[in-house]
Amino acid sequence: MKTITSTVKTTARALALLSTALAAPLAAQTLDLAWSQDATGLDPHTQPGFATIRLLELMYEPLVRLDEGLELQPALAESWSFSDDGLQLTFQLDGDAMFHDGTPVTSADVRASFERILDEETGAIARANYTSIINIETPDDATVVFELDAPNAPLLNGLASVNAAVVPASAIEAGTLGTEVIGSGPFTLDARTPNASANLSAFDAWHGGDVAYDGINISVLPDETALLAALRAGQADFALINDPLVATLVPRTEGLQLNTAPTLSYYVLQLNASREPMGELALRQAIGCAIDRQDVLDAALLGEGEVTGPLTSPAYRTDPSGLFCYEQDQDRARELLAEAGYADGFTATVIAANGEPPTASAVAQVIQSQLSEVGINLEIEMLELSVYIDRWLAADFDMAVALNGGRVDPYTMYNRYWTRDGNLQGVANYIDDTLDTLMIEGRAETDEAARAEIFGNFESHLAEMSPWIWLFTGNTYTAQTEGVSGFVSSPTGTLFGLVDVTLAE
Amino acid sequence: MKYLLGRLAVFPLVMLGVSVFVFVAIRLVPGDAITAMLGTEGGMLTPAQREALAAYFGLDQNWAVQYFRWLGGLFRGDLGISVTYGQPVLDIILERFPLTLQLALMSMVVALAIGLPAGVFAATRANKASDLIVRIFAMMGQSMPNFVVALLSIYILSVGFGVLPTMGRFVTFSEDPLGNLAQMILPSIALGTAFAAAVTRITRAAMMDILGEDYVRTARSQGFSQGYVIWRHALPNALIPVLTLSGVEFGYLLGGAVIVEQIFALPGLGRVVLDAILERDYALVQGVILFIAFNFMLVNLLVDLAYAALDPRIRYGGNA
Repeated sequence: MKTITSTVKTTARALALLSTALAAPLAAQTLDLAWSQDATGLDPHTQPGFATIRLLELMYEPLVRLDEGLELQPALAESWSFSDDGLQLTFQLDGDAMFHDGTPVTSADVRASFERILDEETGAIARANYTSIINIETPDDATVVFELDAPNAPLLNGLASVNAAVVPASAIEAGTLGTEVIGSGPFTLDARTPNASANLSAFDAWHGGDVAYDGINISVLPDETALLAALRAGQADFALINDPLVATLVPRTEGLQLNTAPTLSYYVLQLNASREPMGELALRQAIGCAIDRQDVLDAALLGEGEVTGPLTSPAYRTDPSGLFCYEQDQDRARELLAEAGYADGFTATVIAANGEPPTASAVAQVIQSQLSEVGINLEIEMLELSVYIDRWLAADFDMAVALNGGRVDPYTMYNRYWTRDGNLQGVANYIDDTLDTLMIEGRAETDEAARAEIFGNFESHLAEMSPWIWLFTGNTYTAQTEGVSGFVSSPTGTLFGLVDVTLAE
Repeated sequence: MKYLLGRLAVFPLVMLGVSVFVFVAIRLVPGDAITAMLGTEGGMLTPAQREALAAYFGLDQNWAVQYFRWLGGLFRGDLGISVTYGQPVLDIILERFPLTLQLALMSMVVALAIGLPAGVFAATRANKASDLIVRIFAMMGQSMPNFVVALLSIYILSVGFGVLPTMGRFVTFSEDPLGNLAQMILPSIALGTAFAAAVTRITRAAMMDILGEDYVRTARSQGFSQGYVIWRHALPNALIPVLTLSGVEFGYLLGGAVIVEQIFALPGLGRVVLDAILERDYALVQGVILFIAFNFMLVNLLVDLAYAALDPRIRYGGNA
């Protein structure tokens, strides 16, 4: 038996080597990229999925882009300015910008793109971020003026997203956005088989500069451990890794490098204040005091992350230890429980999604054991992702373990939950005047220092009211072989840094 | 002939039943294509946006209308359009099926090449040490899930040898025969070894039964050699249960091997169905499941016909 398997393995190895030799490319330098989740579509305006955005960011461009320090950088626009009253935002386009079909990018394309995003028929995913745009003027081919209904400081950051990409007016006209890619970004799409592979070529006429290699071959390897195997065997030069458990194995492997960046998205225990007994402030605070956030992080994510308050963006993030009950205090938790009339504790159900993220069930279990020490009895309900989302959107839960997406600007990140007319206020199920007022002030304020103060107050009030228990942020991971150099990770998780990469011969 | 016609008449009825069942089942699962695509961001949609998307995905009609539309398409050979691929479902099936068929065939070859000789070998040495060793291996093979074999083989190759057949960039046999075989050999072994164990045990049991039968003893006493008796008289009869088992297994394999396809990143039918279910791509789920059901029935029919050819008692109305 043993000889048979070793013969088979030798044969397999020989075949593998032979096929690699036969399929060796002719002098073209390509980056072999592997990831486990593939894009679910090609329309940049309607696709919110993490995996889809990673792909489309390499081919489409918004007006502005965020660098690894989350500072605004020019993309299609070379400069921008607000009018003094804050009601007009003017962009000057880069005159060299060109779409993959060779036509120049003009203000007409920008206007058509935003009219499409704002049209409710489109189902554009980020539409809510741009509804303050009431009119778009195009004085000449290189100038676009957005007229706003009120001053809106977060708008610029909101525009730095591939969900606000500029697409050719002709492609909108032809209705081809779902099936082919004509962007203005650094790579063109040559071929794609969903959930299997995609081939990208460097776009010679990209206005942003030259890419040092010829293209990217993307392979979808659904199993995260297979990503690691592909890197080891030299089949992939670069991989995007989601599972912290797999990521921690990378540095232990000779010749592989792990790139880590803290994410903006945050793990949180959402309490549903419309469900008894979570309506009681003292009881919600008790839950917060009973949890040891660092301990959950260490046990469920192998310590791969950082304890956080509600604000996760580097410009606003501060040391959370000053927030309400950020050090575990079980005595205080018991006092607060008694104050709420639940001295003997209570029983509640917590929902979490299977495998989304891979650490969700572990987080739920650690929280369950910590809360049991003060008499709170949690029942964990693991659900398939779409079922979880349905229940979550309907606020059909006592508590939920969630990994919610973050944004650079606190207003864009939280207005959906913590304003009176936020789209997801029905999911958050808690609001007070303080939160609503601070959010509205923060939206209109343009001075950075003043904004930091407003959102600092917002954060400490939110932590004290404990509608949710914020836990920690995780990391975004990429892994690369020695032949790859020059990639810089970003907290947004974007792979746009691949344009600066050079490959060893 | 009459038997064949009777069997064929049942086909459309079963297919209709499967079509209704799949159609309803996938819609009973909470969440739809919009939820699957947008996730929690779906809560950000205005009612008008949601309606526009529902119309785009064809979710705005009631079930009966949706079903009869789909059924009408079926009769014209149109299985609908997949929302995730933006292509006709039939094209996707025809593109993926060759891989699934090849994987199924190669796995069967691996299983039978190991299982048949091992089973015969064990039966002829019944209750000796060598028989015991084969049986222990068979037990291990049956109790080790195929994905464990798959993961182990990847791990050993990538860590031990630093090589791996290319994953995630599948080439067809006609494009690059060697490259294709290199990609398919490990998954075939992973799928084949587990089934080989089952073939071994069934073959062994069937051979032991037959070797104890009167006519085999008669043949032996007439001075035919041991080998001649085993291969010429006993094996064809012992093949009948093996054939049944293999038919069922082959029918399953034609439905795709989800886990092994996931591990080796093979774009076969199993993964297509899995992704389609997770993304609530109704047309694709319905089309592929119907196709799989059709194949399963076809394989079963062929097995029954082969069975009849091997065992005359079945052909003549079972008056044994």
